[in-house]
Amino acid sequence: MKRKSISYAKWGYIFIAPFFIVFLVCTFYPLLSTFYNSLFENYWDASTFSQVGPNFVGLGNFKKLFTADAKGNVDILTYTANTMIMWIAGAIPQLAFSLLLAVIFTSTSLNVKGQTFFKTVIYLPNLIMAAAFAMLFFTLFSNVGPINQIISGGVSDKIVDFFNNVVTSRGIIAFINFLMWFGNTTIMLMAGIMGIDQSLLEAAAIDGATSGQVFRKITLPLLSPILVYVIITSLIGGFQMYDVPQVITSGLGNPNRSTMTLIMYLNRFLGTTKNYGMAGAVSVLVFIITGILSFGVYRSIVSGRSDPKPKKSKSKGVL
Amino acid sequence: MSNINFKPVGHDKGNATTKSIARVFAYIFLIFVTILSLFSIYFLIINSTRSNGQLQGGFSALPSKYFFSNLKTAWNDTALFTIPRGMWNSFIIAALGCLITTYFSAMTAYGVHVYDFALKGFAFNFILIVMMIPTQVSAVGFVQLVRNVHLENTYWPLIIPAIAAPAVFFYMKQNIESTLPLEVIEAARVDGSSEFRTFNTIALPMLKPAMAVQMIFAFVASWNNYFTPALIIDKSDKWTLPIMMAVLRSKINSQNGDLGEVYMMILLSIIPVVIVYLFLSKYIVKGVALGAVKG
Repeated sequence: MKRKSISYAKWGYIFIAPFFIVFLVCTFYPLLSTFYNSLFENYWDASTFSQVGPNFVGLGNFKKLFTADAKGNVDILTYTANTMIMWIAGAIPQLAFSLLLAVIFTSTSLNVKGQTFFKTVIYLPNLIMAAAFAMLFFTLFSNVGPINQIISGGVSDKIVDFFNNVVTSRGIIAFINFLMWFGNTTIMLMAGIMGIDQSLLEAAAIDGATSGQVFRKITLPLLSPILVYVIITSLIGGFQMYDVPQVITSGLGNPNRSTMTLIMYLNRFLGTTKNYGMAGAVSVLVFIITGILSFGVYRSIVSGRSDPKPKKSKSKGVL
Repeated sequence: MSNINFKPVGHDKGNATTKSIARVFAYIFLIFVTILSLFSIYFLIINSTRSNGQLQGGFSALPSKYFFSNLKTAWNDTALFTIPRGMWNSFIIAALGCLITTYFSAMTAYGVHVYDFALKGFAFNFILIVMMIPTQVSAVGFVQLVRNVHLENTYWPLIIPAIAAPAVFFYMKQNIESTLPLEVIEAARVDGSSEFRTFNTIALPMLKPAMAVQMIFAFVASWNNYFTPALIIDKSDKWTLPIMMAVLRSKINSQNGDLGEVYMMILLSIIPVVIVYLFLSKYIVKGVALGAVKG
């Protein structure tokens, strides 16, 4: 693979040109202009029907973002916390289920039949439109929906008002996220487990290790790079949480803004007020957070690639 | 991927019962997970066959006979939006998007793989670095750009950016490294093939399986995309299905309309992808696994 390439350098540039031109125009320039916008006061004042700005305010928008309101609330911190709570509530069962499923599917002693069927089923929710999924769960869990019909058995005071309760609203959103992603994570972890050198597991078994010991002492440590990758990418996805809570709460983040996420907040600034300044400031914050996380992913990809046999994990420090 | 033959390990005599108990638990768990994955879809399908009166009256696990009348109502309703219109709009964007995203990603991967040029390393690392940047963080600038060039309410801003898809590029690059020997290209060149011709007629056919997988993913991602289209399109005849779902949700309280129709509309917006998936699931699941082997 590391043979000398053909020296037709100009063709290299021609072939990658469309990608880079489109990237620069459609992503990079908008990114820079978003940063630039964050330094300006620039919005439509609906109360006076007039455009305010753009006026240069330096870091004024950021200051405003972190200024507490009359009740001592800092919106952006609340929304960051909401986002993280819903992410964690979905990610923990997601990892637990995926790990268990990956072990079941790859275990030779269990030798589970019907794997193709089960894998097909668990991956299906990942392909379903998040907006439609959210709409479906809204109707299923609404006060007149089938879940309440089952719970209450027709008695009206037994109805659970799922979307007026902080825990159940967040729970349903987290559950949808979990449902949509655990199949994907399972397949990732399976690929990781199957990359582990089987002779290590055999050697441990011959030495009398139980399957639980093999899992904890060998599989899990060797799986940790891919686990880290899965967790970081899931966290980056978590910060982008938008479709499900936006559709389920119709953009309001109810009850009492407890399901309002960072991107919903960003989207609200892009609505009727066209508050490009504040929207820009929120974008910069999300960019910084995801940027730091992405760097971790980048490092793991680069180190994975420089490994001559990336699929086979080495027995470094194990056994 | 599951056809690697491992030798069975840990064959202790006393293990037989523990093993069969473990198997029973494994199957119980798998059935539980299957129910978890499918119950909402099951409810959706059942409810789409029931009339509004039946749906208001109580839950039933069995289908009724109103499927086609619900379908007719949902299909012909133009009060908020027209579902067939939304399906067509979503299809056009997703189809064009998935074609150009795979073609140009393959082209970029080919450029980086085959040719030697000064900025090659930089180009590759740059794409890797920007791969994880969420599209949302550049939305402010993107919306302004689209307004400045007067492309709001058109599909160009949803299709053109698909040319630069870092994640698809990365997948194609991984794939091209293992499927396309440089000797083949040198041979084609000796035979007098131009660079573009070599790419289009020799390299692309070799990359077909990888492109097919990425095409499916790109199509589904575009079909399901809600954030960007909602920012660009506000004319109701140009809405895509995810926007329609959001509108349906926002109107459902005030409208209090036909619930059978609501379920049917949800079903119509997800069913094309589900049908495609049922036919191609083998390749899709394999594709995810291949993408996973990088860490």
